[in-house]
Amino acid sequence: MQKGTASLPEVSSADPLWRMPVPRSLVRFIGRKLLELILTVQGLGAFALITLGVFFSKFNVAREVIRPMIVTQITRAGLKPLGMVLFLAAALGLVVIGQMVSLFTRLGANEYLGLVMVTTVVRELGPLLTALLVLSRVGTANVIELGTARALGEIEALEALGIDPVHYLVVPRVIGMALGIFSLTVYLILGALASGYLWAFLQDVPLRPGDYVRQLAGALHGLDFIILALKTCGFGAIIAIVTCYHGLARPLRLEEVAGATIRAVAQSVILCVFLDAFFILIYLLA
Amino acid sequence: MPETENPAPPAAAPILELNQVAVTARRDPVTPVIGQIDWCVRPGEFWVIGGMHGSGKSDFMAMLAGLSRPHRGSYRLFGVEMSGTTGEELLAGRRRLGLVFDNGGRIFNHLTVAENIALPARYHQQMPPEEITARVQALLDATELGSWTHQTPGGISRNWRQRVGLARALVLQPEVLLLDNPLAGLDPRHVRWWMDFVARLAAGDALTGGRPVTLIATTDDLRPWRKAGRQFATLHDGNWHAIGPMPAVGNDTTPMLRELLVTEIGE
Repeated sequence: MQKGTASLPEVSSADPLWRMPVPRSLVRFIGRKLLELILTVQGLGAFALITLGVFFSKFNVAREVIRPMIVTQITRAGLKPLGMVLFLAAALGLVVIGQMVSLFTRLGANEYLGLVMVTTVVRELGPLLTALLVLSRVGTANVIELGTARALGEIEALEALGIDPVHYLVVPRVIGMALGIFSLTVYLILGALASGYLWAFLQDVPLRPGDYVRQLAGALHGLDFIILALKTCGFGAIIAIVTCYHGLARPLRLEEVAGATIRAVAQSVILCVFLDAFFILIYLLA
Repeated sequence: MPETENPAPPAAAPILELNQVAVTARRDPVTPVIGQIDWCVRPGEFWVIGGMHGSGKSDFMAMLAGLSRPHRGSYRLFGVEMSGTTGEELLAGRRRLGLVFDNGGRIFNHLTVAENIALPARYHQQMPPEEITARVQALLDATELGSWTHQTPGGISRNWRQRVGLARALVLQPEVLLLDNPLAGLDPRHVRWWMDFVARLAAGDALTGGRPVTLIATTDDLRPWRKAGRQFATLHDGNWHAIGPMPAVGNDTTPMLRELLVTEIGE
């Protein structure tokens, strides 16, 4: 071996792949990523607990300032994307019913259309699609706004004035996003169910409106409403906390805001999918 | 026992008291940028602290405002030790102290000028809404910001944004006002306005309840402050140097101080 040059460990070409030593750079890479993951989970968990603590401890503090901010956030997350959500609802009805009708007609199982709509739209696609829409529209704006405010020193200015940034900036966003996603999901589900019937009608499916509503009502259970509320509010809280964490929790320079936004979106999607999986588990066990 | 004639009035208790304080940068809370400060500020004093760009002035002001903790040493604000203070005590200290940031005052871009000024009063709910409105209007008049009342900060120049930062810091009628390099980048007309206004505050103005405000200002150009300031100090190479009143500044031959006072190239 030449002095001063790096070399890989000698490996016989007869060794199988799984017995070869793992390159040190790969171990370092995995270790670094694992450490980053642990630190991110720890940071997000701490930030969520701080937000929860501030929510309860300052419940009655500065209500005249915080209440209008909550209304603004509900409008932003729950009302302004309504047009987009209704468009998505129409498309969802078309996708689900349009695909299912021809299949069910062949099988002679049109009485299951309502059940399919409830299972796909009410339980799964409705909440998740709404959450992803709000994440792309409002969640990204959260990181950019808060990250820019942090980079420009506005958060420090709030602290200097004795105003708790978590109380003033994060709590209204968490409440607004949770209620916003819940109400948008309800609109999306109603829109998708209506558009589903419309597409079935256009394809000459012999299904009366009354029968369709009866199918839907028969497929829905009390647990669906409870889980829908918990899931959508959970998605809202996750998106708000992750996006606020990436905008606020660490000192940022202006050029770092874009990277923080990308990280926030990726982590929000992953956590929402985990929460969704958790609720699927509840359905299966119930 | 004969009474002493004209006894000296007892010195007022210090508002700020620093003993062997080291200050760190906010972006690097491990390495001290200022080594050791022993300093005491009493009510009504007006200190001007000169230092070059990067000398740690803003970090020092942030520590005085309670935004960061001293790296070591003891810092007492209104008699309360700030090193171990958290929660309500820290908030109470911050409410009695106003801070005007450098570089456009760091005002909130999502609020209008009037909303920016009113925010601390509305958040802390120390007065009824009518009183807040009246106080904001008085501050808008005093700072000549009436034309921009309903504008967001993006629409006004840096000269006026700095005044919004000043009005916002005054709305809670603080006992101490910290001015972090407030004149940097301002037009000469605005510099003159600031000097007149600061002199009003130092003398006691209706805006602050009639009592003289204790003032601490940092600057990288001592010239405008020569007449206004009553006590002077410098920060240089991580060292704190309290000089005293203006005559002492005139006699000080430190090269850095001469540089901060130079009026023309070659003078």
